[in-house]
Amino acid sequence: MTARSQILGWTGGTWTIFVKDFRSELRTRYALNALIMFVVTTLSIILFALGNESASAELLSGVLWIIVFFSAMSGLSRAFVSEEERGTVMTLHLIARPSIVYFGKLLFNLILLVMINLLTVVLYLTLVTNFVIRSYDVFIMTMTLGTMGLASASTIIAAIIAKANVKGTLFPVLSFPILLPLLLTVIKATQLSVDGAAFSQAAGEFRVLISYLLVIITTSYLLFDFVWKD
Amino acid sequence: MSKIAKPFLGLWLSVVIIVAFVFPIVPVPEKWYEFPMIPGLENRARIIFFHVPMAWTAVMAFIVSVGYGIRYLAKKDLADDLKTAASAGLGFLFCALATITGSIWAKFNWGSFWNWDPRETSIFALLLIYGAYFALRSAIDDSEKRATLSAVYSIIAGVTVPFFIFVMPRIMAGLHPGSEGSGDSGPLLGGTINVTMRIVFYSSLAGFVGLYLWMLSMRIRLEKFEFQRSVLKK
Repeated sequence: MTARSQILGWTGGTWTIFVKDFRSELRTRYALNALIMFVVTTLSIILFALGNESASAELLSGVLWIIVFFSAMSGLSRAFVSEEERGTVMTLHLIARPSIVYFGKLLFNLILLVMINLLTVVLYLTLVTNFVIRSYDVFIMTMTLGTMGLASASTIIAAIIAKANVKGTLFPVLSFPILLPLLLTVIKATQLSVDGAAFSQAAGEFRVLISYLLVIITTSYLLFDFVWKD
Repeated sequence: MSKIAKPFLGLWLSVVIIVAFVFPIVPVPEKWYEFPMIPGLENRARIIFFHVPMAWTAVMAFIVSVGYGIRYLAKKDLADDLKTAASAGLGFLFCALATITGSIWAKFNWGSFWNWDPRETSIFALLLIYGAYFALRSAIDDSEKRATLSAVYSIIAGVTVPFFIFVMPRIMAGLHPGSEGSGDSGPLLGGTINVTMRIVFYSSLAGFVGLYLWMLSMRIRLEKFEFQRSVLKK
């Protein structure tokens, strides 16, 4: 066997990196436990703050995305920071091409965020009684595209901050300007789903979200080599 | 070069500033030095000579900064990184000036300092990007790593900025002239300003771009000296 054939292939490699991260996450449950507690804590603060007030559904759709944004910010940087902390970056350099590492990490972050957002949405819909969704198709599409966009943008930012000296505080600072167009669009689309808008009325928002996703993933794919190689 | 540039630039901008404030605004301009009255704006229309060139220069500085960032990634020459940082610093300055002048003007024309108009949101995002960019730069010690990572970040930030053009008009109507739904293409592209106003505006734009280029060359020289000093110290 030559050394070349041992380098991981495209789909297999992405899957291998994902399974490796997923297994190590299941062993420690570091990110998952912290994230679940984060969601529960934030939600209880919001419930305390709301008290007996009846907040409008428009306002509450913004609050939902505040929880989603900050839970993503507290959990998704682990993917690259943990590699730097454990000193396993060199091993990854040896076994896989940079773009494969990127897509593996992206898949891991995406699955993690999907799990967390499912929990957030279920808890939010049951506990916040004023938040009633009238058109579920718009809401589900918004959550799906929003989660994918959030995961893709925060993966490349996580790769950048993993190389910096102060990691924790830098992550939301760097991510927010990048995510601002996405956040404004998903909040608008969530408000549409609360208002009971038809799917075609929110099509413009979905187009923006899909193009955002494609632009971020393409740019990240092109630039990841520079970030990953020292 | 800079010996002629500095007094020339000073003279140019002084003339622009004096002209922009002194030329009278009349309902029907007849003489060459008169500006037309724009309904609802009156003397407040004079902001176009300062605020708009500042905002354009800020955007230009950002594009130049991203351009040098791309060149750094291609050639790995640290001199390009110095230029990126210098241009970003000036871009931040012009961006802040455009925000402050616009905000003060908005108080007198639209009634409040900040309205989350599409362009206000875009310039706010640009300010945040500059802030994040400098936070990232100050968090990395190694100069090559800093150059690479900040270049990558500025490119990613650069590709997301155009989204505001599509996103914001859906969220709220624009107050700025030329916004979607305001029915015209704005005073610069439409017909509400006359030739005199146009000449003063473009002279001001040229002056601000000249000011940017002159300050950029100074900053690059300064950063080069500091870089050499830090090398000598080691």
